[in-house]
Amino acid sequence: MIASIFYFLAFVSIFFAFMVVVSKNPVHSVLYLILTFFTIAGHYLLLNAQFLALVHIVVYAGAIMVLFLFVIMLLNLNVDKEPVNTNLMKFAGAIAGGSLMLVLIAVLSKTSIMLPAHPANTQIGLIKNLGKVLYTEYNLPFEIASILFLVAMIGAVILAKKNPHTT
Amino acid sequence: MSNIFSVVPIQHYIILSAILFSIGVLGVLTRRNAIIIFMSVEIMLNSVNLLLAAFSTYHNDAAGQIFVFFIMAVAAAEVAVGLAIIVMIYRNINTIDINELNKLKG
Repeated sequence: MIASIFYFLAFVSIFFAFMVVVSKNPVHSVLYLILTFFTIAGHYLLLNAQFLALVHIVVYAGAIMVLFLFVIMLLNLNVDKEPVNTNLMKFAGAIAGGSLMLVLIAVLSKTSIMLPAHPANTQIGLIKNLGKVLYTEYNLPFEIASILFLVAMIGAVILAKKNPHTT
Repeated sequence: MSNIFSVVPIQHYIILSAILFSIGVLGVLTRRNAIIIFMSVEIMLNSVNLLLAAFSTYHNDAAGQIFVFFIMAVAAAEVAVGLAIIVMIYRNINTIDINELNKLKG
């Protein structure tokens, strides 16, 4: 049962990710990307990473995708404004990407994982356990992340505001 | 819920992540719209996140999930700054076709 859910989710996420790349309309790309993120949240749930699934939906589907949609609508992009590559470039890109996939799969499927899987511990992905690890072992990176956010916020505001000298 | 790795081998997670990562690379290589390229980068980040979470569950170690958490934080900051840059580019040259960006060199 769990295995079939995994294979279904895997197929759906690969399909939607592919549709993100090939669809002509940027708005459709964003919508397919949201669906991809939901399937990946499903994968997290299967892996007993409940906190990650929650954060993934809140951060990606809630914040990042809204930002993407907002920018696309702000710039008024649509199909006829969409820049398209020449067929040669598309072909070369497809060959390069496909070769990378072939190499990765060929190498990684031959690897043998030395350590066997641990017995199931369903507690590891809960907020209580993750919070304990985050605030003890990874306290310094957590604080540095706040500085990163401050810098990103200031940078985004400065970049996006109108420059009075040039316009 | 029982351990998923008793029914799905970890290799399948590795292959799924490799395929998702390659789709992201494909998007970066074949598209010219800067926003779509950005989304492809997000797909790549997510494939890596998925593999980290899978190995975290496999080894019963919470550190992998903490790393995923930090990658999400960095991705959020990156998207905010990157989209601001794209809006700025659009305002200056009125397109987000990356082939027009060669005008950046003086």
